[in-house]
Amino acid sequence: MKRLTFRLAFLLPLAAFTALVVVLAVGLNRDPRQVPSPLIGKPAPAFALTRLDDPDKTLSRDDLRGKVWMLNVWASWCVACREEHPVLVEFAKKGLVPIYGLNYKDQREEGRAWLARFGNPYTSSLFDGEGRVGIDFGVYGVPETFIIDKTGTIRMKHIGPLTPEVIATEIEPMIKKLDA
Amino acid sequence: MLRVFLACLIALTVLLTTQPLVAKEALPEAADPALEVRMVGITSELRCLVCQNQTIADSHADLAVDLRREVRELLKQGKSDREIIDYMTARYGDFVLYRPPFKATTALLWLGPALMLVLGSIVLLVVLRRRSRMAADAFEPDEDDDDSGHA
Repeated sequence: MKRLTFRLAFLLPLAAFTALVVVLAVGLNRDPRQVPSPLIGKPAPAFALTRLDDPDKTLSRDDLRGKVWMLNVWASWCVACREEHPVLVEFAKKGLVPIYGLNYKDQREEGRAWLARFGNPYTSSLFDGEGRVGIDFGVYGVPETFIIDKTGTIRMKHIGPLTPEVIATEIEPMIKKLDA
Repeated sequence: MLRVFLACLIALTVLLTTQPLVAKEALPEAADPALEVRMVGITSELRCLVCQNQTIADSHADLAVDLRREVRELLKQGKSDREIIDYMTARYGDFVLYRPPFKATTALLWLGPALMLVLGSIVLLVVLRRRSRMAADAFEPDEDDDDSGHA
């Protein structure tokens, strides 16, 4: 009995220390910039914005109801968007899902020029010059990507540039699941 | 010479004081100071998501500027502080709050420090009690330490 308590006296602090190390290691290896969105599983916020290419035509959330679609938030001033862009252009060629752009806090002319120069993967881009719709979507670090299902519910959010890896392991499986 | 100088000085003074000042101080962004005070009060409780260790009131990040504008507009619409905080958490989650609410996912955050204190106190108490019950010869005499110090 005495031996057992003697051993416990050594093992307990060691166990407690190990547990602390594990908790801290997990916490420190998380990216603090990846803030979980409270919007997942909620209806996409309502919007009605003009198209980037045509200020006379508007597109609203309800126009997109009934299909799975992707919303990609981008801007011509956004450096990480340039990095992401070729990946998005490649992905668009597969035609798996319509990609709608949200041209966030940009100038119309600059946004258009950017697409003309680097290619346009978007079915259509919405122009959000004031960034109001961006706020409704909880955007805080461009580029951001959302997947919205047929009922208009946000199912996924990715913060930061899309990579071929993210598309293969997260985006495509999600789209297949939602299309089924 | 002195007269000329004085005349110039007087002329300059008259010129400067009678002309309306062209350069004005920068206008505060809100014409309503009371509203601005409320806005700062609310945004001081909110974390900026771009520079995460600053409040939205403090930050110069574009997003913080936009969110301050948004809070101003919501206040003008007559929204309460509570409604504005809810508006922010609906979009950015509890993460925007410097004082997150107490719920299942934040219980450890709120109770953790108290829990550690209680556990630590229990351990300390147990150790001290056990020691007080030990016979005196269980401890090394103090002189030994001194000897080893000299060695």
